[in-house]
Amino acid sequence: MDSQTTYNYKVVRQFAVMTVVWGIVGMLVGVFIAAELVWPQLSMDLPWFHFGRLRPLHTNAVIFAFGGSALFATSYYVVQRTCQTRLFASGLAAFTFWGWMLVIVLAAISFPLGITTSKEYAELEWPIDILITVVWVSYAVVFFGTIVKRKVKHIYVANWFYGAYILTIAVLHLVNSAAVPVSLTKSYSAYPGAIDAMVQWWYGHNAVGFFLTAGFLGMMYYFVPKQAGRPVYSYRLSVVHFWALISTYMWAGPHHLHYTALPMWAQSVGMVFSLILLAPSWGGMINGIMTLSGAWHKLRDDPILKFLIVSLSFYGMSTFEGPMMAIKTVNALSHYTDWTIGHVHSGALGWVAMVSIGSVYFLIPKLFGREQMYSVRLIDWHFWMSTIGVVLYIVSMWISGVMQGLMWRAVNSDGTLTYSFVESLQAMYPFYFVRFLGGALFLSGMFLMAYNVIKTVSGARAFNAPVPQSA
Amino acid sequence: MDINTWRGIFTTLALVAFVGVWIWAWSSKRKSAFDEAANLPFADDDIDENSKGGHHG
Repeated sequence: MDSQTTYNYKVVRQFAVMTVVWGIVGMLVGVFIAAELVWPQLSMDLPWFHFGRLRPLHTNAVIFAFGGSALFATSYYVVQRTCQTRLFASGLAAFTFWGWMLVIVLAAISFPLGITTSKEYAELEWPIDILITVVWVSYAVVFFGTIVKRKVKHIYVANWFYGAYILTIAVLHLVNSAAVPVSLTKSYSAYPGAIDAMVQWWYGHNAVGFFLTAGFLGMMYYFVPKQAGRPVYSYRLSVVHFWALISTYMWAGPHHLHYTALPMWAQSVGMVFSLILLAPSWGGMINGIMTLSGAWHKLRDDPILKFLIVSLSFYGMSTFEGPMMAIKTVNALSHYTDWTIGHVHSGALGWVAMVSIGSVYFLIPKLFGREQMYSVRLIDWHFWMSTIGVVLYIVSMWISGVMQGLMWRAVNSDGTLTYSFVESLQAMYPFYFVRFLGGALFLSGMFLMAYNVIKTVSGARAFNAPVPQSA
Repeated sequence: MDINTWRGIFTTLALVAFVGVWIWAWSSKRKSAFDEAANLPFADDDIDENSKGGHHG
């Protein structure tokens, strides 16, 4: 069949398969550094295996390699299918795949070598930042170009969320990466002191809000209705959800800087907007879950739907926890403790990873001309391993985090500290082991997924669905 | 003008925009267009030879 009459599934296939690969790599590094916290000898005193160097490798790999590949794959699929037209500029789309893979490889080389800007989630040095910019602009051209040549009247709500994510990440990346290079591998931020901190967390929290939320909400708005076999609960609510969410997230960043050199009024703005965020977050979550209203029985025997719906439950949990932690007095206890790590993982594993896994299980058979995945039973196993893994992870970090916070702030009647730092460290040990177990269980589920994907794909031919001509 | 006046104006505009989006989204004129848009994921169901497809609900 002539390529113009079929959808461009090739780039979707590439990103979908790499989602599984990078998921395993990123989570493997995560489990390794979790193990290092229990058994520090694991670094073998080699600088390349030091926690401080591998931790950014873990975060970048899971966010930008695993999450990024899932976003590329699903956005390219959804925008074509809901616009009923082939992806704009196939060559450029192929470039986004290879360019993004190059960025990931460069990250995997530069972080262990200790090359870093030291800005959290923006650690990559300036030459790689430029490559990211080129790839991202190409991504925007491909995505919005496809929207422009759509064959249907409406722009489906999922595309609004994907579009907001692509546009916002471009702005965030450009502003936060502004730096003065002093050599090929070292640069200094263009902003001074507290301003640099504010720019960094304006970037950082919107990376959460737009990369890790808006993009994955786009996924929710397509794959939940598809897998449930019914349109989204309320399209009207989805419109309000979109505008409320994107206009509120922008202002929440300062909650990362409570009780720092940032002006008090800016901290208060961040806190208030974080609290407001609960409303659009829960509106969206309810809209996704209620899509199943009247068809709850489907949850019983469809593990893909389980992944999607439970991911929304974790989304609801972490978007309740987040605003609560943004309250200054709560933050005084939670900040700099493991509670934050637990919160991040309830969002990252429970929400982002599980909605991506569900979506990839939906996509793989369609992209390879199969009826369904090789084994539905294995998906069910994967679901339970993931769920139990996340719960072990976040519960251990809750206990450890609250305990840390309480121990650090405890004072004797004469004003001296009740506990030394080492005493709090000792108390954390058992929970670090449980966290390692939870992470290892989640990772094992990913291996199960890889096996299932290999069995589904092997012997199958790449399938490119035809573009409907009547539309 | 005093910066606080601008802050007041901005807050008012934001509130008006927010209420405006609600009114727009819930206006009966938008109903059929939104129903059509909500069904877009299913509009091309038949082309998925291999999908289990079909929406009933």
